[in-house]
Amino acid sequence: MTDTKTLNVGQPLERTEDLRLLRGRGRYADDLPVSPRTLNAAILRSPHAHAEIETIDITEAMSMPGVAAVITGEDVAQHSDPFLVALRQPLHQWPLAVGRVRYVGEPVAVVIADDRYLAEDAVDALQVSYKPLPSVIDPEEAASDGAPLVHEEAGTNLVSVRDFTYGDPDAAFAEADHTFKLTTQFPRHSYMPMENFVVVAEYKIEDESYDVLSNFQGPYSTHPVMSRALRVPGSRLRLRTPRDSGGSFGIKLAVFPYIVLMSVASKITGRPVRWVEDRYEHLTAANSCPNRVTTLEAAVTKDGVITALRFDQLEDYGAFLRAPMPGPLYRMQGAITGAYAIDNVAITNKIVVSNKMPAGLVRGFGGPQLYFALERMTNHIAGELGMDHLDLIRKNLIPAGSFPYKAAAGSLLDSGDYQKAIEITTGEGRLEDLIKRRDAARAQGKLYGIGYAAIVEPGMSNMGYLSTLLTAEAREKSGPKNGAISMATVNVEPMGTVSITADCMPQGQGHETILAQIVSDQLGLAPEDITVNVEHDTQKDQWSIAAGTYSCRFTPGTAVAAQMAAAQVRDKLAKIAAKNLNTPAENIEFTDGKIHAAGNPDNAISFGRVAGTAHWAPAELPDGMEAGIRETASWTPPELEAPSPGDHINTSLTYGFVFDMCGVEVDPVTAMVRIDRYVTMHDAGKLLNPLIAEGQVLGSFAQGIGTALHEEFLYDDDGNFLTGTFADYLIPTVAEVPRPEILHMASPSPFTPLGAKGMAEGCCMSTPVCIANAVSDALGVNVAQLPMSPKRLHALIDEDEPPRPSGAGQ
Amino acid sequence: MKPSNFDYCRPDSVDEALSLLSEYGDDARIIAGGQSLMAMLNLRLAAADVLIDIGRLQELSECRQVGGYLEVGAAVTQAKLLNYPGLAEIQPLLAKALPNVGHFQTRNRGTVCGSIAHADPSSEIPLCLAALEGEVVLRSASGTRTLSAADFQTGMLATAIAPGEMITAARFPVAEQGAGYAFAEVARRRGDFAIVGLAAIARNGTLRLGAGGVAGKPAILEWQIEAGQLDDALNGFAWEMEGEDDIHATAKYRRQIVRQLGRKVLEEAKSCSS
Repeated sequence: MTDTKTLNVGQPLERTEDLRLLRGRGRYADDLPVSPRTLNAAILRSPHAHAEIETIDITEAMSMPGVAAVITGEDVAQHSDPFLVALRQPLHQWPLAVGRVRYVGEPVAVVIADDRYLAEDAVDALQVSYKPLPSVIDPEEAASDGAPLVHEEAGTNLVSVRDFTYGDPDAAFAEADHTFKLTTQFPRHSYMPMENFVVVAEYKIEDESYDVLSNFQGPYSTHPVMSRALRVPGSRLRLRTPRDSGGSFGIKLAVFPYIVLMSVASKITGRPVRWVEDRYEHLTAANSCPNRVTTLEAAVTKDGVITALRFDQLEDYGAFLRAPMPGPLYRMQGAITGAYAIDNVAITNKIVVSNKMPAGLVRGFGGPQLYFALERMTNHIAGELGMDHLDLIRKNLIPAGSFPYKAAAGSLLDSGDYQKAIEITTGEGRLEDLIKRRDAARAQGKLYGIGYAAIVEPGMSNMGYLSTLLTAEAREKSGPKNGAISMATVNVEPMGTVSITADCMPQGQGHETILAQIVSDQLGLAPEDITVNVEHDTQKDQWSIAAGTYSCRFTPGTAVAAQMAAAQVRDKLAKIAAKNLNTPAENIEFTDGKIHAAGNPDNAISFGRVAGTAHWAPAELPDGMEAGIRETASWTPPELEAPSPGDHINTSLTYGFVFDMCGVEVDPVTAMVRIDRYVTMHDAGKLLNPLIAEGQVLGSFAQGIGTALHEEFLYDDDGNFLTGTFADYLIPTVAEVPRPEILHMASPSPFTPLGAKGMAEGCCMSTPVCIANAVSDALGVNVAQLPMSPKRLHALIDEDEPPRPSGAGQ
Repeated sequence: MKPSNFDYCRPDSVDEALSLLSEYGDDARIIAGGQSLMAMLNLRLAAADVLIDIGRLQELSECRQVGGYLEVGAAVTQAKLLNYPGLAEIQPLLAKALPNVGHFQTRNRGTVCGSIAHADPSSEIPLCLAALEGEVVLRSASGTRTLSAADFQTGMLATAIAPGEMITAARFPVAEQGAGYAFAEVARRRGDFAIVGLAAIARNGTLRLGAGGVAGKPAILEWQIEAGQLDDALNGFAWEMEGEDDIHATAKYRRQIVRQLGRKVLEEAKSCSS
């Protein structure tokens, strides 16, 4: 490649996916053809938070028209093993309740019938006798002595407690001028994909294997969990994912228990089985982020320098610890000090189970939980010291020029200039405008506040971070875990056309567009010359345990593997062309579909001609070169090491920076929050496609608004689920999401060949706490719980009301 | 989330619809826009052996002014009423309230009378009908009767529709000369069910306030302007409705809204009156 020509990477190219999606030509999992023999499943779910299943009478259901089978926990236990759990605790989970239900919505039985209508009719006819047991919903209550046990075999609901010390926090606290303490509660919520879970499973008796089509999204570390549960070698669980996805946001990892369930159902019925999750099922039982109670203490000098933090994190995973839980509690471990240079940290990580739906992946994945506590704390400290919050943030930031920066708990923050990012954000009159708006509103007696949040956004997880959960001795015994392998394959067909497959499962991100940008740059072609196929098949395509689309791994991971595979193709083609062009391979360039000598575009040969040689005339190839052109590259960055004996862990490869500031007004009567102005700055290194990056910021901002103000899964004290429809579980619509002002700067990552960082989760982490800080400023209170619903805020600002007049009611 | 099995009939006239109703009795349900009933059927919160679809009956699809009323046929959609020429003059309360009913898309299918028949306590249309002292026209094979809004809605999701009867129209009084009308509601998001909905009318020295979303059905406060302190009346009204806590709001929050937003919406109605 020459320096003079414009690269496709970095250009705001329109998404190639949109042409079909906007015309209604997307092909989603449930659009794909199935065998005419396929049966349909409907699931009976538990109405109890905790109960013993005494009997399940299937007689009437089995007699109904079109019903092929009713499958219960006994059948599942006969044909499968419980899922592997990251924690060495007896928290046995099958995809159907076996003997006992532990949350409202837990699958109890499955009816397999000719169609979904008949299956639901038969579900209504199932007779289950339950013996209700005491349940426990609140995490602190669950963790206390004498609480009803969710898993009796474990003997406790507090299934893991680990203490970590980095630096000397005790000394820092002893020497501190001030110490502060704040307890915050992060809620249960999820982000709603438009398309719910889909599984089509077929048992193949001829080789005792399972063939599954599902809108699963990875991580593929879950594939061994499924194949182990199904008692087959991994190669006999063929898992195929479709091209288009109606959204995931992490959620579609949680389809995996249903993959096993429908596989068992297919084995029992001898027919392919399809299950399409409905919205009620999705809201009730699909997935939630874990809720977390954080008590955070800070040691601070009189000048506002934070010298130590002490975290007590109690994370509630619901009824089971599904793989790869407890990820959210450990994903941020290495970077727990966020954007700040704080050398001394103490952490107590506590995992509790309760009678709620099991937790799983949700965009942000541990980040929103951490930053709600940390950035509420920096705001609180500033208020207590009479300092401006922004000044306190600036005073504690990691100094510019100190990157790569080794954070106290082990993260190696790759690049950045946080001070400059804040300077740009507040510049051009933006901060002055916010202050002017606040002062004008307050002069009119309005409740107006300004909020800030500075956060570090991780990209591409170290597959070893979860093992920090184990002690160093236990890690030693179980063998090292580290790295994060990404893979891509570039193929050149006999007529010189180029295609690529990769180990990602895009859910709307625009991976097809970016992969074409990357490959076309390497080969001197146009993006439209590259055919991208993102369907994935575990029996035919490249993958390893880190495969999938989650935790911002595409840009630092798969994109790099794609570039490497394309470069391998380029090198091979250059060697072939060298002979024709009579120039060394190192001196060959690829431009506009031609392969030519550097500086001499006339000494050229067409791309297709060179590629064709490898297929049509292998005898003409340089000595020792393999015929055909198909290159698979595998990339794992050396920086992702296993946890150290002292529990230092570089949890992710890239660390972007996000700085948000906003002004909000709270209505004193309705307690509703209006976002007046919102500015968000992102440093994600080099942007591969700025248009796609903007879409990611807008999406994560909208979901951040949901977390801040609207979205929450609610249970009553008995564990009944209260938010089973979209009238109760509220998602922000376009009317609730103002357009933020998006700013970018680029500190390229030295650890990724493209210089790019993961960047899809930023505002999910920064926006909830930024708005919470603004609301705290507006109301003069410490907001300690999300979402800031009118009901919750009203309780904070509420005054005495006029008493009930005598004679009025009652 | 699939409904249980049902038969579907689409009669060509009201008479045919009524004869189907009397033939199938309690096993039949009338459907028009389906914006409430379909969701309930899909969730299996409601069941019907027969759905009688009146949504395309020409004779029910008209809005017309008759004898001081704006009469809205049972097949008229919320969007059609909202776009009815001159609605803001004919009945300003409806023009102000209807944009709060669901969303653009649901108003294109949902009918005015369907909302009245569903009788959700937080719905805007039943609230307007009650505040305006409108009427509901019911027909059965044996005849026609007209009920006042107060007599029609008996409670939460409960009405006085008798077996074999169907709503053929709702009648909203047209605006009185010099009267002022105002509407306001508090909802979590645009288009959501109201936590509290308020409809206010000011005329001839009288203030009338309707509140939805608090009690089981729309409640009405009527108050003579010369009677003195409005705040006490609003406070009594707020308590008398005996609102309850739910996941979106507390009873106390609802009372505050009735007191504070109630005063505001009454003042707005007053300022629109002459």
